[in-house]
Amino acid sequence: MKKYIIQSLRLTLVLMVLLCVIYPLIVAFAGGFSKGNGGGEKISKNGKVVGYAAIGQSFTKPEYFWGRPSAVGYNAAGSAGSNKGPSNPDYLKEVSSRIDTLLKYNPSLKKADIPADMVTASGSGLDPNISEQGAIIQIKRIAAYRKINEKTVAELVVKNTQGPLLGLFGPSSVNVLKLNLALDELKK
Amino acid sequence: MNTELLGIVATYLLTLVIAIPLGKYLAKVFAGEKVWTDFLKPIESAIYKLSGINPKEEMNWKQHMKALLTINLVWLVYGFFVLMYQDKLPLNPDGNPGMTPDLSFNTIISFVVNCNLQHYSGESGVTYLTQHFVLMFLQFVSAATGLAAAVVFFKAFRDKTSTKLGNFWEFFVKSITRLLLPLSLVMAIILAFNGSPTSYEAKDQFISVQGDTVNVSRGPAAAFIAIKHLGTNGGGWFGANSTHPLENPNYITNTVELVAQVIIPIAMVIAFGIFIRRRRLAWMIFGVMTIGMLLLLIPTVSSELGGNPAIAKMGISQATGAMEGKEVRFGPAITGYWSTVTTIISTGSVNGMHDSTMPLTGAWQLLGMMINSFYGGCGVGVLNYFIYLIIAVFISGLMVGRTPEFLGHKVEAREVKIAALITLLSPFLILAGTAIASYVFTNHGEAGWAVQPKNWLNNPGFHGFSEMLYEMTSSNANNGSGFEGLGDNNVFWNVASGFVLFLGRFLPIIGPVAIAGLLGSKKYIPESAGTLKTDTLTFSLMTFAVIIVLNALSYFPALALGPLAEYFTMLK
Repeated sequence: MKKYIIQSLRLTLVLMVLLCVIYPLIVAFAGGFSKGNGGGEKISKNGKVVGYAAIGQSFTKPEYFWGRPSAVGYNAAGSAGSNKGPSNPDYLKEVSSRIDTLLKYNPSLKKADIPADMVTASGSGLDPNISEQGAIIQIKRIAAYRKINEKTVAELVVKNTQGPLLGLFGPSSVNVLKLNLALDELKK
Repeated sequence: MNTELLGIVATYLLTLVIAIPLGKYLAKVFAGEKVWTDFLKPIESAIYKLSGINPKEEMNWKQHMKALLTINLVWLVYGFFVLMYQDKLPLNPDGNPGMTPDLSFNTIISFVVNCNLQHYSGESGVTYLTQHFVLMFLQFVSAATGLAAAVVFFKAFRDKTSTKLGNFWEFFVKSITRLLLPLSLVMAIILAFNGSPTSYEAKDQFISVQGDTVNVSRGPAAAFIAIKHLGTNGGGWFGANSTHPLENPNYITNTVELVAQVIIPIAMVIAFGIFIRRRRLAWMIFGVMTIGMLLLLIPTVSSELGGNPAIAKMGISQATGAMEGKEVRFGPAITGYWSTVTTIISTGSVNGMHDSTMPLTGAWQLLGMMINSFYGGCGVGVLNYFIYLIIAVFISGLMVGRTPEFLGHKVEAREVKIAALITLLSPFLILAGTAIASYVFTNHGEAGWAVQPKNWLNNPGFHGFSEMLYEMTSSNANNGSGFEGLGDNNVFWNVASGFVLFLGRFLPIIGPVAIAGLLGSKKYIPESAGTLKTDTLTFSLMTFAVIIVLNALSYFPALALGPLAEYFTMLK
């Protein structure tokens, strides 16, 4: 028994050097060559960092495309989902009020055109994407508020839609931050 | 077929393409035959030398279990204190606090037993030091513990009669140097180049486009996420686990993480067949497991793609499926696949919140964890399956009136008793645990714990019951996923699930290894016309029936009270 204890202690120490020092340092070194140099890929506007490409941020102004509802208000230091069950009455009321908000700001919108992702909270609370349909239903509003051609906005949406992986696997999505930055670029 | 379903098919095929050769490789590694990774031998020799281990020393099954329990105990004590005092230790750039004793108790058991149930949130509850030197360390060694136990079990059936079952430390170290570490390294680098952070920098701050100040938690996560999946651990770097855009940035990383968690469980089944020179038996086991997986997967994906009927009633398009708790970049189909995979094997990482999935999906997730052997966790999947096998051998023996035997060894009262006890343990822990929790919730709602029992549940009615049932099931299965709406960071859940975790890990490891050790030491009886063959289609069906009947009898009432009742209420 005593032998096993001593062997366990020594083995634990040796493995700790290998697994907790050497291994992550190699990964950190390799990660230094990645896009964000290992700190996450940042996006800048006029030389100032305005966000991370992967991390969704809150858009509430009518002249911007809105992202998905977030259970944590897009707090990137405290990710979480709503964990609401599908039959929870309070939750269903919340969804219903999200629908009303969408209809209020997009008067010509029909309920049947609203995709589920625009009225449900994401798993991380930081979802950077919306579905293509989620962007399409906002085009009219954006065009009206920005006083620009609907077609121009629609083209931007198409340009910023990322299709399935290799065109074959998974859903397509739109990165809200990149799309909105592209919108701001239009003005100039 | 749409691109989302195609994604599932491609992911599973990619898994097989990697897992099958990996199984062949593992059989050779553990048999000590020549493999291409033998260039790592000097590293292993150095590890043995520094640790005072002689890898040639043969152990019997009891010595194996002693070694296993001793080193696990060392990790428990070490981690418990480090987590409590993490605020006073270095590598804490975000200034996170130490854990309370009950939270530390729960967390350390949870990571030692390869479960990774998390009652803390990664961003605020741990430091870079504890993430790496406690949690990630345990993700490696707990997976290696399971693998080493499985190899001991393999050893018992390799030779006709044997009590010498190799050296525990050797199996354990090789699991790391020849399998977990190299694969983790490759995977972590793939993750890093797809956007998972690797640097030790603290939280970042920026002003968003609309002018909000946003803090971003980061840290060296990529290394952690790799072993989290390869070792079927499942504990996330961030609170939101693999739904978090830095933990799982895109469809490529999603595929990599999905493939990584399944390859070792499948490879171990293949390795078993090659190691004991009975490939047909292994393929039969693989077949039963795969059919079981498909039976859980297909209804899961179908119910998630179908969307939420309550939201459909409001007139909202459900063309994109149920999206609450899910991420747009993955979509509901592959998220459904993930939820099946993560519950049948004991990973417990999530790329969509299980609490918000449809009621029937919840039932399949629970059932996957209750059965816990359709592929199953790293190493332990095969061990769990073996218990069902022994029960099937015993019942078949009774049915045809022959002495039950397995691989040429008589299965007698002692072995069947152990198997029966292990079979009864899971329902006992899950159901008794849930019953106590329900009792406390209804009768002692005002108890002055960190979260008062009346505030435990995030959802009312049947779904609330499911939250408690899920927590106990996940603990017993060493899974680690949760219906995360449950307010679980308080003394009741920390302690209760801590005990369930502990018993649900070590007894189901010791049981099968003991049975194998006992069987292996018995006289070998050559096969004859009177032998009950275990590698036939009939016997596989029998095993499948045993799995279904045992679990249906144990859990149907509980499932009926939770997810099934919720499902039928929603039909109204």
